[in-house]
Amino acid sequence: MSDVPAKLTVVTGADAPGRKRLTSVLIHVALLSASVLMLYPLLWLLAASFRPENEIFTSASIIPSAWSLDAYVRGWNGLRTSFGTFYINSFIISGLSVAGNVLACSMAAFAFARLDFKFKNFWFAMMLMTLMLPYQVTLIPQYVLFRQLGWVNTFLPLVVPKFLAADGFFIFLMVQFFRGLPKELDEAARMDGCSPWRIYWKIILPLSMPVLATAAIFTFIWTWDDFFGPLIYLSEMKSYTVMLGLRTFTDSTGESDYGGLFAMSVLSLVPIFLFFLFFQRLLIEGIATTGMKR
Amino acid sequence: MTARSLESGAPATERAATPSLWSRIWHNDAPGYLFLLPWLIGFLGLTIGPMLTSLYLSFTDFDLLTSPDWVGTDNYMRMFTNDPKFWASMRVTMFFVVFSVPLKLAFALAVAMLLNRGIRGLPMYRALFYLPSLLGASVAIAILWRQIFAGDGLVNKFLAMFDIIGPSWISNPKTSLWTLIILSIWQFGSPMIIFLAGLRQIPTDMYEAASLDGASKWRQFVKITLPLLTPVVFFNAIIQTIEAFKSFTPAFIISGGTGNPINSTLFYTLYLYQEAFGFFRMGYASALAWVLLALVGLFTAFSFLTSKYWVHYDE
Repeated sequence: MSDVPAKLTVVTGADAPGRKRLTSVLIHVALLSASVLMLYPLLWLLAASFRPENEIFTSASIIPSAWSLDAYVRGWNGLRTSFGTFYINSFIISGLSVAGNVLACSMAAFAFARLDFKFKNFWFAMMLMTLMLPYQVTLIPQYVLFRQLGWVNTFLPLVVPKFLAADGFFIFLMVQFFRGLPKELDEAARMDGCSPWRIYWKIILPLSMPVLATAAIFTFIWTWDDFFGPLIYLSEMKSYTVMLGLRTFTDSTGESDYGGLFAMSVLSLVPIFLFFLFFQRLLIEGIATTGMKR
Repeated sequence: MTARSLESGAPATERAATPSLWSRIWHNDAPGYLFLLPWLIGFLGLTIGPMLTSLYLSFTDFDLLTSPDWVGTDNYMRMFTNDPKFWASMRVTMFFVVFSVPLKLAFALAVAMLLNRGIRGLPMYRALFYLPSLLGASVAIAILWRQIFAGDGLVNKFLAMFDIIGPSWISNPKTSLWTLIILSIWQFGSPMIIFLAGLRQIPTDMYEAASLDGASKWRQFVKITLPLLTPVVFFNAIIQTIEAFKSFTPAFIISGGTGNPINSTLFYTLYLYQEAFGFFRMGYASALAWVLLALVGLFTAFSFLTSKYWVHYDE
């Protein structure tokens, strides 16, 4: 029994180059087929949005027989309010969320990573705890609160929490990065009489562009994708986001106009896809270093 | 003393020499708290305050319009003894968690191992596999999924090529939940990236030593890769499980907000949403939320307690 592995090693040793090439080809074949299988639905969706309506349900191919933009025109004005309004709303909400998250989370992270104060470890532990907290636990009282403030049907319930650093994930992400910057920077600046605010604004933030960009991009994508928040807080169609518009489309005209629904679905993914195209390195590094959930 | 050190901006040495309480607080603690202020307001006003309120509401009858009526433990009693929909949603969610998380992580690890063999085109593959993770939470993808698994959808068109007539996977209660599990597995990209980062940390000389000793690939995987990767597995498992418990959008879109057919996609979060914003039973929904918190908390505590038996950390 004990000499079998030894024999095997000798055999593989003899044909190593050929076998290695074969394994490598097999791995590429496996990976490529997996990629095609995974991306096929997305490509099919893209193709379906350009197909003439009568062809959508007859074809499984990803190349339309004829190209048409009809579905986009129909879908854009498929509801009482045009998708243009939904896009503007989504961009406003996502844009403000990015500003709020980057500012408030970087301030909190600066306090945790570079300043000393009483009960710092306690607050840091509390912040980590909020990462695990299901949002349902705070949902109803928050709704009651925002309703009493008269904020229902405005963007405020979706945006104000971002200015209060409600997403601890980004604080955590930034704390990790800030801790990596040399401590001597702060000490030298303090010797020169720099206030903590100046150290934060003039030294730490400019050196932290990669992590700020990562946080900004993830905030944008998550807010853009968010369905639950808008579903609860926005009830008038003129304040809908793109995601709510899509959902309304599936309820009303969606059953009859699949082309329009698919065209608007594709359009709703375009901003995320563009971020993926241009910033994938930042996104992937952000996930690899902090273990982001998506 | 206090006034003077405030005025002069008190250089560090002088402050240390004359540490009056107030100046110490002002110089040492105040900047930290000022930077933490937005988060603190949010934490107290949007997290702790609402948590306590929802704990209180869970013992009341509350319809949002009239003030809450104290009912003691009625909500919890009804939930556990007299609410078949609660148990249905619990079963659906547990089934989803138990199947989607391990399968997703197994896929993520398998692909990460393939990618970690120094193959060419790694950045391309990594990006392609990651794309579904990035897009997957969108309403658009849930809409696409509903079409793919519909009676006349993409899956059945492929099956038709082999003369198989597939059912409508979405409207069959036996398969509808599986379409959501597949959607979750499809998004294995982000745990895969985390696994890849973990695999890179394993020193290659360990494998060289092992293969000189004649250890097979499988033995190397079981004896080297897996133990050294357990911290990453642990991390991924916790994050993905909590995410799976909280999942809402796909089930909502695919079932049109109903959780049908026959409650087979009635996720716990979806049931909670229906109770709160469909029937305005805010007290009952708060009780549901606390049971969810207890579940997630128990799971996390259990994982951390057992972790010392199977998670290997470097000393």
